[in-house]
Amino acid sequence: MAQTIYQSFGYILPETVLSVFFILTLLTALVGKGRSKYLPAYTALLGFAVAGVLVFLQLGTDELVFSGMYAVDPFSWFFKIIFLVTGILIVIFSMQSRELEAVSTKYAEYYSLIISLTIGAFFMAGASNLLMMYLSLELVSISSYILSGFTKENPRADEASLKYVIYGAFSSGLMLYGISILYGLTGELNIYAFNQALASGTLPQVTILVAIVLMLAGLGYKISAVPFHFWTPDVYEGAPVTVTAFLSVTSKAAGFAMLIRFFKIGFIDVAAQPVMAGMWELFRGFNWTDIIAVLSVLTMTVGNLVALWQSNMKRLLAYSSIAHAGYILMGFVTLTDQGISAMLMYFVAYLLMNLGAFYVVMLVANKYHTEDIEGYSGLGYRSPYIAFALTVFLFSLTGIPPTFGFIGKLYLFAALIHTNYIWLAVVGVLNSVVSLYYYVKVIRNMYLVQPEDKTRVDFGFGTNLLMTILMVPNIALMLYFTPVLSWAQHSVLMFGLR
Amino acid sequence: MAVHIGLTQFLVVSAILFSLGLYGVITRKNAIMVLMGIELILNAANINFVAFTRYGAMNISGQVVAVFVIILAAAEAAVLLAIVLNIFQQLNTVNVDEVDNLKN
Repeated sequence: MAQTIYQSFGYILPETVLSVFFILTLLTALVGKGRSKYLPAYTALLGFAVAGVLVFLQLGTDELVFSGMYAVDPFSWFFKIIFLVTGILIVIFSMQSRELEAVSTKYAEYYSLIISLTIGAFFMAGASNLLMMYLSLELVSISSYILSGFTKENPRADEASLKYVIYGAFSSGLMLYGISILYGLTGELNIYAFNQALASGTLPQVTILVAIVLMLAGLGYKISAVPFHFWTPDVYEGAPVTVTAFLSVTSKAAGFAMLIRFFKIGFIDVAAQPVMAGMWELFRGFNWTDIIAVLSVLTMTVGNLVALWQSNMKRLLAYSSIAHAGYILMGFVTLTDQGISAMLMYFVAYLLMNLGAFYVVMLVANKYHTEDIEGYSGLGYRSPYIAFALTVFLFSLTGIPPTFGFIGKLYLFAALIHTNYIWLAVVGVLNSVVSLYYYVKVIRNMYLVQPEDKTRVDFGFGTNLLMTILMVPNIALMLYFTPVLSWAQHSVLMFGLR
Repeated sequence: MAVHIGLTQFLVVSAILFSLGLYGVITRKNAIMVLMGIELILNAANINFVAFTRYGAMNISGQVVAVFVIILAAAEAAVLLAIVLNIFQQLNTVNVDEVDNLKN
């Protein structure tokens, strides 16, 4: 700690660079008119690349900067890499999206909003102060409200953004009220100081309970956990595919990063030995673990069951992403190092498989002009490579070997069994079985239904190459996952917790 | 007889505002009225922050938060109003329950 403000700036170089490129990308609207429609996209890519290099140089840094506002530690480093990879992939996807051509005069705004959402996600991953948490959450939220309604001539996108902004503003308002109560109780906004105040044990439990439930409303909405998930299907279906893919990974991962940091730093009893053993130390009067477990079960069950009767591919993936939030919450129930490293590992898998699936949805919408599952009939005959890739992604989402999704789930279940939550692991496995039904429905449509029109539809070399880049890790990391595992295990280190 | 105004009175006012905001968000159909409910919730939190700083805490961070929240509330209202305006141009309604084309 003990960082002056001047010294602190050295630690937020990646965020600063992204902010500069946010402005530069916006400015390309002035210089690039009529010259190249890809200029803003390339500017954004350059920004992500430079920020990536700077983030990489921060490897192993473990500091608390700006008087405890922001933590630069291995935990946030992990998430920053996830956000950057997602950002780069989304920019590349967007360059190919036909849907976005309707707003081709506003590409500069579009790409700069993608950067601003990423900046917000960066700050969410490192925020260790309640004000910082609220501000970064709002930065992500406001960018995503605009992005989800970006194709504003399309009434579906408008509806998506209206629903998103109303749910979002409401739940972040609830969260702010919760923060104000926490501040009143402890007199502190810093979560480390909050932890110390809790440790004194003199605070009224009921009031803390109310405040934490209000906080959970804001965080649960970001990760789309039941019962705060109502916006998810509508927003995911209505928004442009690229934006849906972006929200489903970056926004969700950022929400989880903030959730983990808040509860782990706020509620761990640092005096207890060993520090990492039982996590909900400071809240003995109330069984939080079971509450989160029930939340996780509800989230995955609702997601999977409702997904069974979806006919729109984006809506199906929306419910599947709710279910995945439930799986990831399983790791949060334990709050042990093992559980959290399993969650981090699952995020790598989730990024690869979910972005891949949405990429296929976007390509199919480009060439076949459909988002219905019926429209995928015979895709295996007309575009064999794309269909094969989608099969891999869907198997990975289900968690069947030989895919990385399987390893991700395996480690989540292992963490649960290690902490004697066997019933929860069983529910998780049963849910995966249910999810197999609707994923396989898509695969069956692609291969077992003969298309009426049998002309081949080709997507070109570049697309196939990118598809391969997304598909290969899904299988390769199943066979050799040790690097990801050790990376995730090193990344559970948060500042102040050792 | 002068009534002493302390922390409790502020917290009661803020709790009332919060409940009114919650009620407004849940019962109103008009998107603008929902926005007003959200603003009430944010302002309830602001009263809490300022009152806690004045009567309890040793620091002024609560008042700093209140300033930030005022700015953010303006930004959020601007985005929400722009979206509502666009919805009105496209669908000719600002009622939340009439905008439901995305259900199966």
